[in-house]
Amino acid sequence: MLSASDLRKGLKVQIDGNPYIVTDFEFSKPGKGQALYRCKMRNMISGNQLVKTYRSNDKFEKAELDERKMQFLYSQGEEYHFMDTDNYEQLSLTKEQMADNINFLIENMDVEVLFFDGKPIDITIPTFVNLEVTRADPWAKGDTSGNDTKPVTVQTGYELQVPPFVEEGDKIQIDTRTGQYVTRVKE
Amino acid sequence: MLSLEGLHKRAAFFRYIRSFFHSLEFLEVDTPLRQPVYIPESNIVPISCEGQYLQSSPELSMKRLLASGCNRIFQLSHCFRKGELGRLHLEEFQLLEWYRTGCDYNQLMTDCEAFLRFLQEAMRNYATSCGDLNFTELFPGVDLSAQWQRLTVADAFAQYSPIPLARALEAGSFDAILTEYVEPCLGIEVPVFLYAYPHQLASLARKSPSNPTIAERFELYIKGIELANGFSELTDEHEQRHRFQKEIAAIHANYGREVVMPERFLQDLRNLEAAAGIALGVDRLFMLALNCKNITSSVTFAPEDFL
Repeated sequence: MLSASDLRKGLKVQIDGNPYIVTDFEFSKPGKGQALYRCKMRNMISGNQLVKTYRSNDKFEKAELDERKMQFLYSQGEEYHFMDTDNYEQLSLTKEQMADNINFLIENMDVEVLFFDGKPIDITIPTFVNLEVTRADPWAKGDTSGNDTKPVTVQTGYELQVPPFVEEGDKIQIDTRTGQYVTRVKE
Repeated sequence: MLSLEGLHKRAAFFRYIRSFFHSLEFLEVDTPLRQPVYIPESNIVPISCEGQYLQSSPELSMKRLLASGCNRIFQLSHCFRKGELGRLHLEEFQLLEWYRTGCDYNQLMTDCEAFLRFLQEAMRNYATSCGDLNFTELFPGVDLSAQWQRLTVADAFAQYSPIPLARALEAGSFDAILTEYVEPCLGIEVPVFLYAYPHQLASLARKSPSNPTIAERFELYIKGIELANGFSELTDEHEQRHRFQKEIAAIHANYGREVVMPERFLQDLRNLEAAAGIALGVDRLFMLALNCKNITSSVTFAPEDFL
């Protein structure tokens, strides 16, 4: 069991059978009063936010979470299929569980699948991914409009702003935390 | 870690604190940090040290000195409270405490006004003398020269809390509501003395002779930050023993810790006449002087400076 004084940013606890991650944490204690632990938490399954203030004798159960390295195979409708390359075990997550990750996911990509109570609930993809530009307007040389970026579409269908020199067929690196262009990749 | 400039500023700050109290003929004292007894307060967890305890406040020692015949004393000392770590809390921090005999807590509020006005002026002069271009006024935007506000706890709850004081006390949510709704509104334009605490929220303060449901205790707030806690001292040995017994029982029930009754302190209370005392968080005050948001930027070494 964990007590309120163990609370800190990033801690994963179990509340009413759901795993929560502490996203923000503040200790306060009015003069001679009780210690209060104000937490912002995110339900790791539904994504719902929870703000709650705990007292020092409140107790928590640690959320038992496992992570396993798996490979993305394919998507079919709303389902995204992954395989454990050690034992060939397969499983799927829903589009909703995948959230923004679908913008950056390509076949054979290695990801970390997060399990709570034996069920997959989330994935972590690499921080940087290289994706191919599938649609880009040509750069009109001498363009004096002053725009220093232009929109392109990558192989996953994701659209982003890139420098004007990026062309169709180029590979670009994207920071998956921000969804932004990093650099053009030569292969 | 404080910069060289910060170290100089902190040294000046402590020099001015001392000169203020010397000018009022307060005697500077220093009492042991480590003692075999500690104040039985259910919300404060002591840090133990070789079978003894690091003090959570020099309060008991200071009052014993009053009982031995001192009239006006002050002390700057390190204090320790386990598990208190946050934007405004450090497990080791410094308190300025001062005590007077022959008066009640109203005198301490007057002291606070004179003290902070003096300190503001002194820090301003210090900045001029060393050509400090980054100088920020102590408490920018807060007018120390204006009349400071005095607000009872009941009025503060009526004004800012979603539920009245009596309901909050009943539900055990006084502290939570104070922190969430009341404190952020206090001392924004002028400093505020929050006073007249419900009697159950003051284990060492005297009950008001005219209204025993309240304790003669106050807290000073500036910019929503609690800076000091002062009160008219409880000098009745029997009542103090009774309150300590309740605290000791609560600590045992909630945390399973055995607490020893501070007998020598209770004995000395017999020799104590009317008195009042206050503890002020010096690190928080210096944090405001540096215009910082976090207490760790106001101390010479913060806990993370050792990692």
